[in-house]
Amino acid sequence: MAQELNEQEHKDIDPVTGTATTGHDWDGIHELNTPLPRWWLWTFYLTIVWAIGYWVVYPAWPLLTSATEGTFGWHTRSAVEADLNELKVLRGPMMDKLTNAPVADIVNDPQLLDFARAQGRVAFADNCAPCHGAGGGGARGYPNLNDDDWLWGGKLAEIEKTVRHGARSGDKDDHEGNMPAFGRDGILKANEISAVADFVRSLSALPVEKDADLAFGKKVFADNCVLCHGPEGKGNRELGGPNLTDKIWLYGSDKATIVQGLQNGRGGVMPAWQGRLSEPIIKALVVYVYSFGGGEK
Amino acid sequence: MQAVRTLSLDQAAPTAPDLARLVAAAELGHPPPDDNVPLYAPRRKIYPQSVQGTFRKIKWAVLLVTLAIYYLLPFVRWDRGPNAPHQAVLIDFPNSRFYFFFIEIWPQEVYYLTGLLILASIVLFLMNAVAGRVWCGYLCPQTVWTDLFFAIERLVEGDRREHMHRDQRKWTLETYARKGVKHFLWLMVAWWTGGAWVLYFADAPTLVKHLATLQAPFVAYVWIGILTFTTYTLAGHMREQVCLYMCPWPRIQAALTDEYALNVTYRYDRGEPRGSVTKAAELRAQGKPAGDCVNCKQCVHVCPTGVDIRQGADLGCIQCGLCIDACDAMMSKIGRATGLIAFDTDINIKRRMEGQQPFVKLVRVRTVLYAAVIAIAGGIMIFTLATRDSEGISSIHDRNPMSVRLSDGAVRNGYTIRIVNKQLRKRDFILAFNGLPASLIDFVGVPPREDGQLLIDVGPDQTREVRVLVTDYGDTPPASTRIVFRLTDVATGVQAEAYDHFFGP
Repeated sequence: MAQELNEQEHKDIDPVTGTATTGHDWDGIHELNTPLPRWWLWTFYLTIVWAIGYWVVYPAWPLLTSATEGTFGWHTRSAVEADLNELKVLRGPMMDKLTNAPVADIVNDPQLLDFARAQGRVAFADNCAPCHGAGGGGARGYPNLNDDDWLWGGKLAEIEKTVRHGARSGDKDDHEGNMPAFGRDGILKANEISAVADFVRSLSALPVEKDADLAFGKKVFADNCVLCHGPEGKGNRELGGPNLTDKIWLYGSDKATIVQGLQNGRGGVMPAWQGRLSEPIIKALVVYVYSFGGGEK
Repeated sequence: MQAVRTLSLDQAAPTAPDLARLVAAAELGHPPPDDNVPLYAPRRKIYPQSVQGTFRKIKWAVLLVTLAIYYLLPFVRWDRGPNAPHQAVLIDFPNSRFYFFFIEIWPQEVYYLTGLLILASIVLFLMNAVAGRVWCGYLCPQTVWTDLFFAIERLVEGDRREHMHRDQRKWTLETYARKGVKHFLWLMVAWWTGGAWVLYFADAPTLVKHLATLQAPFVAYVWIGILTFTTYTLAGHMREQVCLYMCPWPRIQAALTDEYALNVTYRYDRGEPRGSVTKAAELRAQGKPAGDCVNCKQCVHVCPTGVDIRQGADLGCIQCGLCIDACDAMMSKIGRATGLIAFDTDINIKRRMEGQQPFVKLVRVRTVLYAAVIAIAGGIMIFTLATRDSEGISSIHDRNPMSVRLSDGAVRNGYTIRIVNKQLRKRDFILAFNGLPASLIDFVGVPPREDGQLLIDVGPDQTREVRVLVTDYGDTPPASTRIVFRLTDVATGVQAEAYDHFFGP
């Protein structure tokens, strides 16, 4: 090899160091052909050998429909599974505690409360956030879970029932009760709907139209609405009838929205999560939702 | 496979064009170019000779102290009471704590590590500005362990001459036996090095017991293996190659140094022209110049990186000063003044040649600046460590929803409050709130005390997260109001505060 180099034509010798250059020239700067240390060469060969070993023991070569498996049997998926199992073992004792403790006890145990809230945060983001929002802030038609207005009750046990069985979900223990489509089904006429809508707005001291007949509206309300919303409009949690006297409106407080509700009815669905989520996760969700706004005592 | 690159002239007679190039190189004062440059240079094995002297003594002392610290520090105990480990220096990954005697660092205080790294680098720069690469020569782990491995090698295979002789003649059973013993001892030292490393990450006495009874975690054995391998390879086999090819510091150092930094320097004003003692005597008798260097090459033979210091400043020189010891010993033997090689500057050499007094200039812009940065950074670190709070509070406002309208029209904001207790005992805190006149504060899951105050206990060396709800009953809550959460230690009255905002709907 040395002899071959000797016979090359373009050999330039750097005058300062007396070392041969590679012949490369960058704006007058010449690259010296200083030899690399020999161990560097051996390290390079070693990496090649290492790569061959790697091909053998790890999945490497793509085949037509699959890839070589590798003698270690290692796989990204199995690695993740192993990691998850490790995590499961790590969380095991706390998860068992969560499974066996009644939700009322979880709230009183600071350590368990922390754990439940951490588990609940993830489960909420995975399962509940699409409707209720990332922080349970709700959206039009989807209740805000941070406020103090609970359609089906805000005590721990009541939240637990709603999470487990849902509302209008088809579960045999779910919450039942719809806002009927008074207009569409011909129960109320347009003038009755308009009058009762004005009356409902007056319940929470919202301004009503100048020509509103509140007395007529009150009569229509008494005849049709008190069963679910109560004689004073304060709602009925047995049937999920919202309190109409407070400042919180699930769909909106403007008259058009109320008229639309009277015309076509309302009946949002909350799925039943029992059976879909594990026992400790359901409890964690209950505690997490409860801790948004402190629930009801 | 390839010819060893050599600088000597005693080769085959050069051909005509080669001769021209040789002449050209000679005119520039350089050794002749060697055409047989191989692509890869084989390593020149270095057999450093043992040496005695001042710098060797310093090197032994530094080696003993640094290795003693490294190997024994994990076993030093430090009583922290019942709620913390009793190891003086411990990096506790599972509990994310770092213990250093009376200091305990939490993960969020990693800026202390940043400060330490800044200090370390500036101290390195200052050392360099004063006395060149003394870090490389005395303190660098590569130097310390390589020195230890050299010592073992000399013990088993003999000093330079004996070792070279044995390597070059036909290897006998004894050669193999000696090499085997050497590698075994090297591996033992390397293994002990890896073993000491893992002890910094767990309770040392327990881990030693577990390691011996094969009960230690697998990762401990893996790290011992890794450290054994790197120590054995880097200190036993790579040695000066690490300094020459791998380490970035020589390159950075060359850019950082100046002409006043003391470096191991061959005083050519005194040494040149070289010659034997007799020849020098003859020349001097004739009134001709004769140097003190007798060309004994002791300086080259003792050099752990194979440098000939007489050729001037060198990338390979780690400034260990062993050549100074070797030269001083030789000069003493032949009755000449010592200090032909010494920590000195080129400026002084030139001054002496011109008959001026040499000088050492320690106070320079860079040394003053480095010292100032060290003082400031060190001062800040000591100050923050000394005045470090052992309690803390932080607040995160809910992002969704920013504010909640309640059924009676009041407005509520949710906050996640984290309370930190860095003391090693359980503490009771009262959380109070300021900034909104007509408002209520509520803990989720923590009932208020009888007097209505919110009392929360935080375990030793722990944090506790609580959800806090602030409800405003004012007639017109402003769009955004600055509020403050105040934490008060019930026992001592020490306070910590966190600021946040209250948002209207």
